[in-house]
Amino acid sequence: MTIEEKQKEIIDEFSLFEDWMDKYNYLIELSRDLPEMDPNKKTEENLIEGCQSKVWLDAHMDGNKLVFLADSDAIITKGIIALLIRVLSGHKPEEIKNADLFFIDQIGLKENLSPTRSNGLLAMVNKIKAYAMAYELKGND
Amino acid sequence: MLLLHTKSDISMTQVPAYDVNTIRRDFPILQEQVYDKPLVYLDNAATTQKPKAVIDRINEIYSRKNSNIHRGVHYLSTRLTDEYEQARKEVQHFIHARHSHEIIFTNGTTHSINAIAWSFGEKYVHQNDEVIISEMEHHANIVPWQVLCERKNARLKILPFDDRGALLVDELGKMITSKTKLLAVNHISNSLGTINDVEKIIRIAHSHDVPVLVDGAQSIQHQKIDVQAMDCDFYVFSGHKVYGPNGTGVLYGKEKWLEEMPPYQTGGEMIQKVTFEGTSYNELPFKFEAGTPNYVGAIGTAEALKYLTRIGIDAIANHEDELMHYASDRLKALDGLNMYGTSDRKISVFSFLIDGIHHYDTGMVLDKMGIAVRTGHHCTEPLMSHFKIDGTVRASLAMYNTKDEIDQLHDALLKVKQMFG
Repeated sequence: MTIEEKQKEIIDEFSLFEDWMDKYNYLIELSRDLPEMDPNKKTEENLIEGCQSKVWLDAHMDGNKLVFLADSDAIITKGIIALLIRVLSGHKPEEIKNADLFFIDQIGLKENLSPTRSNGLLAMVNKIKAYAMAYELKGND
Repeated sequence: MLLLHTKSDISMTQVPAYDVNTIRRDFPILQEQVYDKPLVYLDNAATTQKPKAVIDRINEIYSRKNSNIHRGVHYLSTRLTDEYEQARKEVQHFIHARHSHEIIFTNGTTHSINAIAWSFGEKYVHQNDEVIISEMEHHANIVPWQVLCERKNARLKILPFDDRGALLVDELGKMITSKTKLLAVNHISNSLGTINDVEKIIRIAHSHDVPVLVDGAQSIQHQKIDVQAMDCDFYVFSGHKVYGPNGTGVLYGKEKWLEEMPPYQTGGEMIQKVTFEGTSYNELPFKFEAGTPNYVGAIGTAEALKYLTRIGIDAIANHEDELMHYASDRLKALDGLNMYGTSDRKISVFSFLIDGIHHYDTGMVLDKMGIAVRTGHHCTEPLMSHFKIDGTVRASLAMYNTKDEIDQLHDALLKVKQMFG
């Protein structure tokens, strides 16, 4: 599935929810399904410190695809991370770098990505893209 | 003289009837809905909502009276200058200062503390001197002193608190030395709600000739303040936390200090005479009010204080004390809820965590249920370190909150537990 198709799939899923509690319950569910991150990878270097919740992000290449592993100490944040990883992990660096993450706005989570929300998610998207750029350059060496 | 009223003190005095529903109608924003639910506003330690009297006053100034104050020759300027100076007197009376020129308008508590740290520090703090603050200060009452101490090569000392969130005031006598130049302490903790015994702290400090700055950001709106009876050397607060407009603050200082301290900002209004060879400064309070002051904010703040006086600050304190006991009992009854700040003397600020649930998750869910709380470290990271946590959920109540809202918070927290449990 392309990044765009995955986003459309998530938008469809969220369209079933009538209120915020349903959305949050779903995010809590997703957080539980997120592949566990190796505790050794939860280093200072991989920590994206937001004001309130901590987010760790690690990336590695699998063939020509970039794979992300992440975690957070807050569950809702972790649920949103699970969505981001579902959309972006396992794609080529160039695709990730150029991805337009329209689903965030459409499922009503845009506020979570505003710089003032300071939960580390905007920083996480930026870091994901920075990884993509770095690996793309590496690949072109 | 007793400044802090316990419940029994208040019941002995005549307190006017307090009708919280009438008061709520004075605050237009309390009728708002968020996510189609009635707003339950419990973030009052961050900022308070504004009564219609304040909103109308600001509207009146911009609609009919606006003009730059002081030195104006024309009608509008003269009239508004009078109102600005009247606002200063209003603040003076509200905190019972001896002189109106001891009231300096600033743009907030942070500004007031920075001004004192710079100005007082410039004159009195030198190499190897000491400044004492407490472990439970807001960053605004930590960082300016750290910067001062760095600049002057002086030392910052910390008065600790116990695990219930009460300052170890008896340690103070041992901490003060001949090098101690100032003690800066909050009156009420923004994170814990602890009411510090500032009278005792001031007595101890003064017995060693150490002046005291009291950060009143969280006390001005909750209890009667009498700076002369308290005998503090400086008392600072923000207008927006006492139902006034934001961007305004007050720096009260005893005349003897303000006379001696150098201006921390320079420019127009604060001068007496300027030549290229030199400048002489204006008298108090203008020496400390360089540039065009936020006169709308100052007048709006004074209007808020008038509103509080009309309702009665003792009646407000009584109502909030009742809420404090009610909320304490209801929240403590929640299984797995850990309260931070359980001192005997506290106001209706509740900092807590629910076992195994991140404060951010709790806050996010409460938000969607229409309940506004704050989560995080509340700009008191050293305080959080004391408890070995990185943040809490904080519900902070004010004059317009009700028992029904506390019930809603209680039920919402049950829902949170159910969702994340």
